[in-house]
Amino acid sequence: MSHVVEVENLVKRFRSPEGETQTVIDVPSFSLEEGKQLALCGGSGTGKTTFLNLIAGILKPDSGWVTVCGKEMSILGEADRDRLRAASIGYIFQTFNLLQGFSCLENVLLGMAFSGKSDTDQAMKILDRVGLGHRLHHSPGQLSTGQQQRVAVARALVNRPKLVLADEPTGNLDPENAKQSLALIRETCAETGAALLLVSHDQMVLDQFEAKSDLAQINSAAKKEVAA
Amino acid sequence: MTSFLIARKSLRQHLLSTSVTALSVALAAGLLMTVWVVKEQSQNLFTNMTGGYDAVLGARGSKLQLVLNAVFHLESSPGNIPYKDLELLRKDRRVAYAVPIAVGDNYRGYRLVGTEMGMFDNEYSEGKKFQLGQGSWFDEERKEAVVGSFAARKLGLKLGDKFNPYHGLNYDVNKRHADVYVVKGVLEPTSTPADRVIWIPLAGLQTMEGHAESAVNDISAALVKFRSPQAGVMMEQLYNKQGNRLTLAWPIGAVMAQLFDKIGWFDRILEMVALLVAIVAAGSILASIYNSMNERRRDIAIMRALGARRTTIFGVILIESSTIATIGSVLGFAIYAVIMNVASGVIREQTGVVLEPFKWNPIMWMAPVGMIALGLLAGIAPAIKAYRTPVAEFISPVS
Repeated sequence: MSHVVEVENLVKRFRSPEGETQTVIDVPSFSLEEGKQLALCGGSGTGKTTFLNLIAGILKPDSGWVTVCGKEMSILGEADRDRLRAASIGYIFQTFNLLQGFSCLENVLLGMAFSGKSDTDQAMKILDRVGLGHRLHHSPGQLSTGQQQRVAVARALVNRPKLVLADEPTGNLDPENAKQSLALIRETCAETGAALLLVSHDQMVLDQFEAKSDLAQINSAAKKEVAA
Repeated sequence: MTSFLIARKSLRQHLLSTSVTALSVALAAGLLMTVWVVKEQSQNLFTNMTGGYDAVLGARGSKLQLVLNAVFHLESSPGNIPYKDLELLRKDRRVAYAVPIAVGDNYRGYRLVGTEMGMFDNEYSEGKKFQLGQGSWFDEERKEAVVGSFAARKLGLKLGDKFNPYHGLNYDVNKRHADVYVVKGVLEPTSTPADRVIWIPLAGLQTMEGHAESAVNDISAALVKFRSPQAGVMMEQLYNKQGNRLTLAWPIGAVMAQLFDKIGWFDRILEMVALLVAIVAAGSILASIYNSMNERRRDIAIMRALGARRTTIFGVILIESSTIATIGSVLGFAIYAVIMNVASGVIREQTGVVLEPFKWNPIMWMAPVGMIALGLLAGIAPAIKAYRTPVAEFISPVS
């Protein structure tokens, strides 16, 4: 089985407000197979979000390689990375990141628009699948937090991406909603055949996954941080 | 299509600032169009409005004053000339025809002009002669009046109405003449200063109760039509260079053009004010979009995270700024219509000259297109800010 994500010698540094250069990510090797679901656990400051942003091509590494769907991110220009992200990656955020001025349906359609697609039927179908078929024209502000997260899930999956990145997707939900939301993310990823890479520090979330890794073990920079 | 949808949503989200900014653009576009149209049309109308004559002969003095008084029925007369000067003109074979006018009285602010019937036999503009809308022409031997259409409407004068003229060109209730005039006719509108005039027989004005006895054989000016342009050159030489008692204002259009040359600085100030308003409107587009950028950077980062390219975001902001400018420019026509309606009403009231607000003028495409171009330019700074939005920083804090 081929890998949807391959990471090699990935390094990302940031300059702190005091002017010191800090290595946040130092991952010698990491991979995720097509269709697999993996949970990465890690506490605060282990570089979870940065790691996902590097895989999504939102951030550019200082060195190393990230290959997504067979394409080497570091040699792609920004526009090509945007194109790859629009077509092949779904991103679910902790704070949902829905656009407030847009209805549920429009938020989901935006998930398709930047890859040049616009299939209202498909968007309505996936909203129906996440149980929001009756809320198509509601704005995010008119929905509960659990419903907002479901819209975010629908938006991430509407394009049938090969990879779904989920950054603390249940962090803002109560335990019951978190459980339901997580089950929904896993089910819909399985249905569409998307690989799922989820990062969380929540043990309840991690317990749902058969495959899980500790980011502190993968990320040498985090290891040093923990040791320190 | 997506870019247009995003821009539309954003404009709706900021409806108040969008509306206020569009209104400022509308005001600028409306002002630009008004200033240019009023300037060009009035200049064109005033320099081409000769009343059908080539020259005005009057007392020694300012040519402009002569023209304004005799053709536009504005200003006071520089003085009287003997009627025999008119007779001499009429005998000159270079002159096709000449008619006298005498001024000095008014009726409730609308001036009375004494003349002879020849005035109404001549064309006031190419192919156009005075026509009676109602009634008949005055009898030169009687105290009768033919009223211009605008004056009749404003004064409420109808056929058979009687009125007492007032002395002077400005209405003073204490200067009422004892003479009583009867309205015999009302002229069809001509869209010329003649519409604001009450025409009476020349003798009537000369012999009005209270006027000096010496005025009986005087006129204020003679309107002259030459047989050829060369005649004008010769007559100007005769009256202005060789003589020192009379002034020949010739050609009438050139005299008026000198007026516009003299007040050209005023036009330029108006143009500058209108251009400044346009620049301020463009600045308000820039400020309104730029100020909204801070609250919008998260939305922009989300769209970027979903795969929107930087150029897409840049384009969305330019679409927004040009849309505001476009809406403003369209509304500008409404502002233009309102201002022009008021301005043309005032100009007609004061001069009798009728502007045509909806007559095509190149400024009607230049102003909107210019405002849209300015709007696009104003969108560049916020578009650059949007273009540079650091995605990772705004979608979630870096751990």
